[in-house]
Amino acid sequence: MQAKAILLGAALALAAAGGAAAQQPVRIGMITTLSGPGGYLGQDIRDAFRLAIDMEGGKLGGAPVELIVEDDGLKPGQGKQIAERMLKSDGVKLFTGIVFSNVAGAVVPDVVDAGALYVSPNAGPSNLAGKECHKNYFVVSWQNDSLHESAGQNATNLGYKRAFILAPNYQAGKDALAGFKRFFKGEIAGEVYTRLDQTDFAAEMAQIRAANPDVVFQFHPGGLGIAFLRQYQQAGLLEKVPMVLAAPSLDHVTLAAVGDAAVGINVTAHWNADFDNEANRKFMAAWTKAYNRPATYYASQGYDTALAVASALKATGGKPDADAMRAALLKADFASTRGAFKFGPNQHPVQDWYALKVEKGADGKPALVTKGKVLTGHGDFYAAQCKL
Amino acid sequence: MTLVLEQLLNGVQYGVMLFLLAAGLTLIFGIMGVINLAHGSLYMVGAYAAAVVAAKTGSLWLALPAGLAAAAAVGMAMELVVLRRLYDRDHLDQVLATFALILIFNQAVTILAGRQPLFVAAPAALNGSIEIVAGLTYPIYRLAVIAVGLVVAIGLYLLVNRTRAGMLVRAGATHRDMVRALGVDIRLLYTAVFGLGALLAGLAGVMAGPLLAVQVGMGEQILIMTFVVVVIGGVGSIRGAFFGALVVGVVDTLLRAFLPGLLRQVMSGPEADALGAGLSSMGVYLLMAIVLLIRPKGLFPAHA
Repeated sequence: MQAKAILLGAALALAAAGGAAAQQPVRIGMITTLSGPGGYLGQDIRDAFRLAIDMEGGKLGGAPVELIVEDDGLKPGQGKQIAERMLKSDGVKLFTGIVFSNVAGAVVPDVVDAGALYVSPNAGPSNLAGKECHKNYFVVSWQNDSLHESAGQNATNLGYKRAFILAPNYQAGKDALAGFKRFFKGEIAGEVYTRLDQTDFAAEMAQIRAANPDVVFQFHPGGLGIAFLRQYQQAGLLEKVPMVLAAPSLDHVTLAAVGDAAVGINVTAHWNADFDNEANRKFMAAWTKAYNRPATYYASQGYDTALAVASALKATGGKPDADAMRAALLKADFASTRGAFKFGPNQHPVQDWYALKVEKGADGKPALVTKGKVLTGHGDFYAAQCKL
Repeated sequence: MTLVLEQLLNGVQYGVMLFLLAAGLTLIFGIMGVINLAHGSLYMVGAYAAAVVAAKTGSLWLALPAGLAAAAAVGMAMELVVLRRLYDRDHLDQVLATFALILIFNQAVTILAGRQPLFVAAPAALNGSIEIVAGLTYPIYRLAVIAVGLVVAIGLYLLVNRTRAGMLVRAGATHRDMVRALGVDIRLLYTAVFGLGALLAGLAGVMAGPLLAVQVGMGEQILIMTFVVVVIGGVGSIRGAFFGALVVGVVDTLLRAFLPGLLRQVMSGPEADALGAGLSSMGVYLLMAIVLLIRPKGLFPAHA
């Protein structure tokens, strides 16, 4: 019995050695949110990342890769456990995928302290962008605040004087309101924190009506945003008070769900499906062919993250060596679907922000149409606090 | 003043939705002694069935019976297949089994309908808002929800207190073994009560469609509040569920609406907002703790 086990072990070791000789695939650990109301965000990131791998025939930057996907269920503790397992038993050296800032806050420090790289396709919380920035931590999407800074700038550009602002009571919500206020030059008529699990906003609608502002800015990602917009319309506020939003409150899925109620709303984003550059045309064509559903900007970020990883793997010849990968990543040598893209001093993006507006398209369905630039080469507020 | 009135209406509307869920939950617990964590899943099933039918046919009036039928059918199937085996078991087993049901339902709905939230349009007649008193415009749909909730509450009261079926339900709640000894088919009664509870949850789900986002996990969000209602109202009591739901709905809404403003009188803006938001989400649970201290069996206990 024992002899048999030893033989088996030897055979397995031989098989493993043989596999290594034929270049072992680079393992990429994707911890993302696939269940619950925010599930479609992670789904789009995962599918777009996978799309980039498929487009290269199972490789990224010429190196074969193996994508290990796990659902964090929007629970920081669960994300931490998954990261631990991937680090210790799967030997993963390269991580990505986290959608929500609270999960990122729990997982990212563990991952980068263990010497692995983390490349964020979405969450970019303020604490990790400033003092706690880390050489192994890259963000391809944005720093949370910059989304809302662009919305604040947009509201200022559009000439609004009194804004009523709302966001859920968690880190990203607080970042949102702080970011908006940083670039909005007018007066704040009211500031309300909602609950992260709240789906009925009737009380807030009444407060908005009572405050009678020029403009409403709100940040409610995913399903929350759908509920908010529809209740805003049902309360008869949409005709009275215009709304300025940042991308997460009105992505392409929200738009499909809200329908005509969204026409006329101002949005700012770093990417839109109608961007006319070669990388985006290629991405949109491949996405539509593969999945046949509207691409959200989460998808574009998942795809861009895969391209960034591919550029680094190409430079290192397919070795996931942290130092070499880091040096290659910093160059941001890939064609982003957004056009201009580079990393700032805290390894967060420096990019352009655009004003979009919801308009009725030729097919009668509301669509996001790019109107112009709001901010050019915009980095983030926290970069100065980061000492790398 | 109109602001207070409007917030009161919002509270009542929220309370009515909670009542529809709490009524089923409290009946099922009171009569069968089963803690059904999957009650929120029935709410989700109702909402999804209605949303899918509404998307296919474009009519919420067809979606309503579809949602009700789906929730009731799934509820009764759940009782026959799973819960029937759990009546004599420990509460812990029931909690485990029904929690498993939540996971199964969520995953099944994800597979069938996808992860992206669905959209249900309110029927044209109820879309928009009307002026109730000078200066107070209120969405018609929310008024309709309040009306439906009150009608259901009266209907349930009459059903439980004035009919033979209701008599069996009340008897089953207090003297289960005696009812069985008198030759009543208690298993049929259980299935019927479960179906009724599921139907009410489904009704809440259907009505939530045009207000909220129809999405996986919507049941758990409201389920916790529903348990608070049941505890405050008194386990097994429909009357308790009704008043408990209204109290919870109104208290929660008023705290959310006015507490940050009150705090802003004594401290700076952002801090007041953050603290107010935190305190108001605690408010209902504090209320529950106080009620439990003063009246451990709830405001209107069934077995008084």
